[in-house]
Amino acid sequence: MTFVSPSLPAAKPRQPNVYVDFCRQQPLGAVSFVIIVLMMFAGIFSPLVAPYDPLEIDFASLLAAPSADHWCGTDAYGRDICSRLIYGSRTALVIGFTSSFVGSTLGAILGIASAYFGGRIDDWIQRFVDILLAFPLIVLALVVVAAFRKFTVGGVDVNLIVAIAIPILPRVARVVRSAALSVRVMPYVDAARAVGYSHTRIIFRHMAPNVVAPYLIMLTAFIAQAILAEASLSFLGLGVTEPTAAWGLMLSGNAADFYRQAPWMILFPGIAISLAVFAFNLFGDSLRDFLDPRFKV
Amino acid sequence: MLRYTVNRVLLMIPTLLGVAVLVFFLLRVVPGDIVEIKLRGDGGSVTQETIDMERKRLGLDRPLLTQFGGWMVGMATLDFGNSMWTERPVVTEIAGRLELSLQVAIMATVVAVLLAIPMGTMAALFRDSWIDYTVRILTIGGLSIPSFWFGMLIMLTLLALFNWLPPITFTPIYVDPIANLTQLIWPALAVGYRYCAVVARMIRSSLLEVMNEDYIRTARAKGVYERLVIARHALRNALLPAITVIGLEFTFLIGGLVVTEQVFNLNGIGQLFVQSVSRNDFTLIQGMVMLIAAFYVFVNLAIDLLYAVFDPRIRYNA
Repeated sequence: MTFVSPSLPAAKPRQPNVYVDFCRQQPLGAVSFVIIVLMMFAGIFSPLVAPYDPLEIDFASLLAAPSADHWCGTDAYGRDICSRLIYGSRTALVIGFTSSFVGSTLGAILGIASAYFGGRIDDWIQRFVDILLAFPLIVLALVVVAAFRKFTVGGVDVNLIVAIAIPILPRVARVVRSAALSVRVMPYVDAARAVGYSHTRIIFRHMAPNVVAPYLIMLTAFIAQAILAEASLSFLGLGVTEPTAAWGLMLSGNAADFYRQAPWMILFPGIAISLAVFAFNLFGDSLRDFLDPRFKV
Repeated sequence: MLRYTVNRVLLMIPTLLGVAVLVFFLLRVVPGDIVEIKLRGDGGSVTQETIDMERKRLGLDRPLLTQFGGWMVGMATLDFGNSMWTERPVVTEIAGRLELSLQVAIMATVVAVLLAIPMGTMAALFRDSWIDYTVRILTIGGLSIPSFWFGMLIMLTLLALFNWLPPITFTPIYVDPIANLTQLIWPALAVGYRYCAVVARMIRSSLLEVMNEDYIRTARAKGVYERLVIARHALRNALLPAITVIGLEFTFLIGGLVVTEQVFNLNGIGQLFVQSVSRNDFTLIQGMVMLIAAFYVFVNLAIDLLYAVFDPRIRYNA
């Protein structure tokens, strides 16, 4: 029999709220999340937020210094840098998200399959992962971008996404495999096998949900890396091409010729890249501490 | 241990073979080769006959498998062929650039490790204090700031303060050490920041783990000075995982300096890579990819073996 004192109101159990807990435990993570949301807002609503058309050439104000009219100054064609940065966040986010998602998801599936099947299949998948890992990141991207030239779907460079996603794949596969190995020996996996479920069903329904934490952590961390990779490739002239607004592209080409006259051409796009990557890195870091303090990437 | 080593060395073969197959066929799936760029590059009209002759001379007309076989046999006898563009041996082409890239990589490693050890240690010892937070923000900054942009900022500062621009030609260290060091310290710093961030984070997290070990408590209990506990007992063990990331980052730098080299006008492996990709110089690209892959595989093996040397608890069973 339970006895509840009628005069005292029952202590209200605190509703567990993941978001509140996250903000409380990881203030830096919450700050970075705000930056990410702002960036997404700028990317989605670029035409409404941007003060100018990013492609509008204005010969009256070439290389104008930052002022009330042009917050971040203008470039060598008189284009408003602030507007180009806002439109650039769209490019960065689309490419960063897609390539990290594609790379991490394929990598995770490969990693789980490797752990689940074990034996010979595991050996083969691990050799394949080794080969991809031995292929240097930037070199792989250079070869893929150069090999498949220009191929766009809906204005997005597919070859660029592939180039950035491939190096992500083996890295995620490694980490997810080691996490999946411990799931593999769980009784419920044996039970599922005993019941006679198909391999696909076990992999997706029973194993995958249990490696979501490392997957999510890697996904956010690699969005940061992907944005960085996109910027580097665009800087080298292998990524997004003019006149599309992209941060890495804004630093490339003739930007370096104006070191003295227009340092803002170099300053602001770099700050944008750094801030975006910083936010995703910090968010990924806090997510890791929050979800799984023992997990190390 | 010996069996393990032999086993690992044998495992390198399929990995490197896979890399070779991958790069070889990846380059050849794409239409277009060096001959077209070489002969038609400047828009001049060249007869098909001349193109065919040049292809034949470079061996590009042979069936793919024959070409691949030829390349494999060559590599087995340590002959990597000649660059299709300059006609000089691939080894000579790479060796000339490797010197510069290696030096920058080594200098960056020295800078990074010297900064990372105190940073990582302090952050771990004063966990959740302002020191830890500062280090955390500094290191995440290192992971976030593109090293090429950081390099540009360094250049901008040098230009504004000293009116200094990077020299166009490279001075080897044995010719003029001072000129050499003043030229290479800046790119080394630019990439060293990221490097340092990676290492410092690793040291912090592994030191935090080690500090909970029983032997640390034992050392403290028997009255060892805290400073000695950290230096002798904790840091020694915590540095092991750091060695891994140092090794991996180092291999990354050999081929990954591409963008930074561009910023500082350096003629290293990275630039050579970009050039040969844009020229479709198959033999040279293949040679470089193999070099970098081999480097990666060897460093990985070396790290694993070093683990066993430094940490007697680790025993490998083949």
